[in-house]
Amino acid sequence: MNAASERILEVRGLSVAYNSDGVPVVAVDDVDLELSSREFLAIVGESGCGKSTLLFAIAQLLSPPAEIVGGEVLFRGRNMVSLSRSELRSIRWRELSVVMQSAMNALNPVMTVATQMRDACKAHADMSDAEIEARSREVLRLVSIDPVHLHSYPHQLSGGMRQRAMIAMALLFTPDLVIMDEPTSALDVVAQRSLMVQIKQLQEQLGFAVIFVTHDMSLVSHFSDRLMVMYAGQVVELGATRNLFERPLHPYTRGLLEAFPSIHGPRVHLLGIAGSPPDLARPPAGCRFSPRCPEAEERCLASPPALLDTDGCLVRCLLYEQASARTPTTEARAGGAP
Amino acid sequence: MSEELVRTERLTRHFRIGRMLSRRTLHAVDDVDLSIGRGEIVALVGESGSGKSTIARLLALVYRPTRGEIYFEGRPLSGVRRRRQRLAYSGDVPMVFQDPYSSINPAYRVSHGIVRGIALHRRDVLRRQRQKEVERVLDAVGLVPAAEMRRKFPYELSGGQRQRVGFAQALAFRPKLIIADEPVSMLDVSIRIGVLNLMSELRAREGVSFLYITHDVASARYIADRVLVMYAGHLVEEGPTEDVLQRPLHPYTQLLLSAVPDPRAELGIADATDVGEPPKVVDPKEGCRFQPRCPFAVAECAAVTPVLRHLGPDRRVACHVAEADTEERPGTLAAV
Amino acid sequence: MTTPSLAETAGPSTPAAKAHPPETTAGAGAAANVLRALTRNRKALAGVVLLSFFLVLAIFPGQIAPDDPTAEIYTPGAGPSAHHLLGTTAYGQDILSQLIWGTRLSIVIALAAGGLATALAVLVGVSAAYLGGIADGILSLITDVILVIPIFPLVIVIAAYRKNAGLFTLVVVLGALGWSYGARQLRSQTLSIRSRDFLEAARVRGERKLYVILFEILPTMTSLIVASFLGAALYAVLTAAGLQFIGLGDPSSQSWGTMLYWAENNEALGAGMPLWAIAPGVCVALLGAAFALMNYAFDEISNPALRPVRRSRGAGSRT
Repeated sequence: MNAASERILEVRGLSVAYNSDGVPVVAVDDVDLELSSREFLAIVGESGCGKSTLLFAIAQLLSPPAEIVGGEVLFRGRNMVSLSRSELRSIRWRELSVVMQSAMNALNPVMTVATQMRDACKAHADMSDAEIEARSREVLRLVSIDPVHLHSYPHQLSGGMRQRAMIAMALLFTPDLVIMDEPTSALDVVAQRSLMVQIKQLQEQLGFAVIFVTHDMSLVSHFSDRLMVMYAGQVVELGATRNLFERPLHPYTRGLLEAFPSIHGPRVHLLGIAGSPPDLARPPAGCRFSPRCPEAEERCLASPPALLDTDGCLVRCLLYEQASARTPTTEARAGGAP
Repeated sequence: MSEELVRTERLTRHFRIGRMLSRRTLHAVDDVDLSIGRGEIVALVGESGSGKSTIARLLALVYRPTRGEIYFEGRPLSGVRRRRQRLAYSGDVPMVFQDPYSSINPAYRVSHGIVRGIALHRRDVLRRQRQKEVERVLDAVGLVPAAEMRRKFPYELSGGQRQRVGFAQALAFRPKLIIADEPVSMLDVSIRIGVLNLMSELRAREGVSFLYITHDVASARYIADRVLVMYAGHLVEEGPTEDVLQRPLHPYTQLLLSAVPDPRAELGIADATDVGEPPKVVDPKEGCRFQPRCPFAVAECAAVTPVLRHLGPDRRVACHVAEADTEERPGTLAAV
Repeated sequence: MTTPSLAETAGPSTPAAKAHPPETTAGAGAAANVLRALTRNRKALAGVVLLSFFLVLAIFPGQIAPDDPTAEIYTPGAGPSAHHLLGTTAYGQDILSQLIWGTRLSIVIALAAGGLATALAVLVGVSAAYLGGIADGILSLITDVILVIPIFPLVIVIAAYRKNAGLFTLVVVLGALGWSYGARQLRSQTLSIRSRDFLEAARVRGERKLYVILFEILPTMTSLIVASFLGAALYAVLTAAGLQFIGLGDPSSQSWGTMLYWAENNEALGAGMPLWAIAPGVCVALLGAAFALMNYAFDEISNPALRPVRRSRGAGSRT
C-alpha cells in the first residue's frame, strides 16, 4: 500500500453477543481488521462463523437481541459505536453504504426503482428532484442498466438486474466504503461472474473500498486484495489473497480450499471437512477448530491459540507458534484470553 | 452404455400462466430426449429457468408431460394409472430434495419418513423389522450410531445430516434410480463433498443410478459419468463428463464453463462481456433460444430451432454452428 | 387426480392402505411444544392458573358451594353477610352457590363450542389450502361470507328458533358460526407450508391426500390450532353469556348467563342487589381473560415478527 492511501476502517477487538434463552452466545469474538482506501477485502466462512454479524456490526445495523459487547469500530478515525443516530445518518450512504444479500428481499416490491432511489437520496442529502433524477440515471448507467428501467418495479427486472440496481443504489453518493453481504448468492454462475467483474471495474473507476462477505472462496479469488477467513466467530487467517490460495496456512483454510472440486486439472477424490461447527453457546475449551482438524494435537484441544503473525499473514493456529511473533494487539491484550 | 433404465422421448411440459383467460404458456421443457442407464450417475446441468427441476418432477410423476413419453425399463409411464403402479414406480425412482431445512417434517423424529416409505413400498418387511431396516439405511448413509440417530428430531441435526436423512429415505425403497434435485446447493461448502462422496459410494455399493441435477458444473464433474446441459427448456449438449468439460461444443456450455470461478486458473476480465440472462420462455418463436447471447450465431440460428444431433460417439449437441464445424472437419471428432 | 379410495388396497396387509396413524411419535414433540409455550410466558401462566381455578369449581361444585343454588329459602335481596358472602337473589337463593354451580355449564359451553368451532376451522381451512383450485374457491367463499356476517344477530335469529336453547343447541349454534376466523388463519398457515418440500416428499413417496393433511400438515400446526381453540373458547364464553342474558338460553339452567338474565329481569342493579349482576359478569370476564391470557403464549407462533430472534445451529440462514 502506498503512503497516500489512508486507513479508512479500523476494527479493534470487536465482539458481538446475543442472548439466546438466557445463554449468552458470542457470535463475533474479538475481531481486528484494518482497511485502506480502495482496498478489496473478502471475508470468507461458512454458516455460523459470524461473518454477516460482523458486517452488520461494522455498519451499526445490529438489532436486539444482538449487540456489540466489546471493541470499537473506527471509520475514518471516528468511533461508530459512540455516534448518535443523526451523526450515523450523515455517514451512512454518503461515506459508507451496504448491499444486502439477495436483492429479492431488500428491494421494496411495491415501489419503483426511481422511488427507492429518491428515498435514499432524500434521506441522506438535500437534493432537488432534478438532481435526484439525473444522479439515478447516472448510477444505473454505471452498472449497465438502461435508465428506462428507473420506472420499473423490482419484479419486472431479472435477478441479476435487481442485484445490480442494489449496487447502483449503494453508489448514489460515491461512498468511500461499500460493504456487501453475499451479493451474488442468488445469481446464476454467468450472472455472478459478470457482476463480480462489474464490481471490480466500478471499484477501480470510483475508488471505493470494499468489504465482501461470502461463503464461496473461489468467487473472490481473482478480485480481492486480502482475504479473511472466519470460523466460529473468530478470525483464523488473514492475508493477501494470492498467498492464501497458494500457501494456505490454517488447516481450516486448507480444508475449505480442498472442498472445491475444480473443472480443470486432474480429477481427484476430495475429503471435505468432517463434523460441524461448534455450538457457540458452549464453545470448546481449546482451539475451536480442533475437533475437526486433521492436524490437531493434544495441546490444541486444551489451549486456545492467539492470532499469530507469520511473515505478514495472520494465523490462529498453534502449529505456527514457534515460527511467529505475537501480534502487537494480542500482546497488549495478553491479559484477556480470547 | 449399460442397460437402459429410463428413457424420455420428446419430453415436453408447458404451464399456462397469467390470469384465468390468458392463453400464454411457459415452455418449461421442450422436446427432451435423454436416457439413464443402470448404475450410472448422470448430471443434468443448467441455470435457473433451464427446466432441470421440471424434468426432475416429470420423472418423479409430480407433473404429467404435456407431450412426449417417459419409458421406465421399457414401459411407458403414460400407462401408469392405478395407484399400485404409481407406488411401484415411486419406489423405484424416489427423489431427494434441495432444501434440507424443509424436506423433513419437523414435527416427527427422523425415522418417521423412512418408516412411512417402508410401509408404503416394502410390504415384504414386517412391522417389527421396520426399525431394523431404518437403522440399516441410516448406517448406509453414514448417520451413526443409527440407533441413536433415528430418534432425533430434525432440529437436532445439521444441514448435511438432514440431507443424508433424505438419502436414507430414498434408499429405504431399494430404488433403482434416485433423482437428486440440487442436493448440495444449500449446504456449506465443506459439507458438500461429503454428500457427493456419499452418492458415489451408494452407486458403487448398492448399484443405484443417480440423476444429479445441479447448476454447479464442478460438482457435476466430480461425480458424474455423463453430463447433460440444459438451456431455456432445451437439452443442448450431452456426452461423457470429461469430454464435454474439456471440449465443449455448444456455445452456451463454453460460456458456462468460462464463468465458473476457478482459483487455480488465470482470470481474463475480458471473458466476462456477456451480461445477458437466460430467457423466460413464454410462447417462443422458432429458432435457437441461446441465439440472442451467442457470439457465433448465424442467420439460420434465429430461424430454425436446432435439434440434438450426434456429433461423434456418445456426443450430442443442438447447435447449427457446431454441426457445421463438425461437418467441415469430420476428422477431429473421430480422433476422440 | 386419483381420489383416495379406501377400498383399493395394494396387498394382503391392509391397514397401511388407509390413513393409518403413523407408528412414530408425533405427539411427543407437539405436546411438549405447547406446554413449553404456555409455561414460559408469564401472562399465559396467569391464564392457566385462572382457568385451573374455574375448572376446579366446575368439577367439584358440590364440595365447594355452601348451598343448593336453586333453594329459594333465604331472605330475598339480602346484601353480603357471613352466611351469604355475595348476598342473595330476589328469590332468596345464595348468589355464591349459584355462581359456583354456574361455572360448570359456562366452562362446558366454552370448551365444547370452542372445540367444535376449532374442528370446523381446521377442516375447512386446511382442506381449502391443500386442495386448492375450485375447492379452495368454494370453501373460502363460505368462510368469508360467515366471517362478514355479524355473528351475534345471526346467532340470535338461529337460537330464537329453539326456544329455551339448551346446552346442545348453544354449543352447535356457536360452534357452527364461530369457525371462520380460525379457518382463515389455518388456511394462510397451510398455504405457507404447502410448498415445503416435506409435503411434496410425502406425495412423491405415494401418500394419499387425506393422510398428508391429517398426519403431515396438522402436526406441524398444533400451536396454531391450540391458539385458534383458545380464541374460539373466548368467543364462546362471551357469546353464550350474551345469548343467555337476553333470554335465549334455558332460563332454568344454572349458568352465569342465566344469572345475568334473572338479575336483569329483577332490575338487580337498581334494586339494591348489585352483586347478583356484577358477580356473574366478573366471572364471565375472568374466564374470557383466562383464555385470552393463554393466547399470548401463541401469539409468537402465529406472528413470527413477535418472536425474539433465536439463532440456533441448523437454522437456515447463513451467517
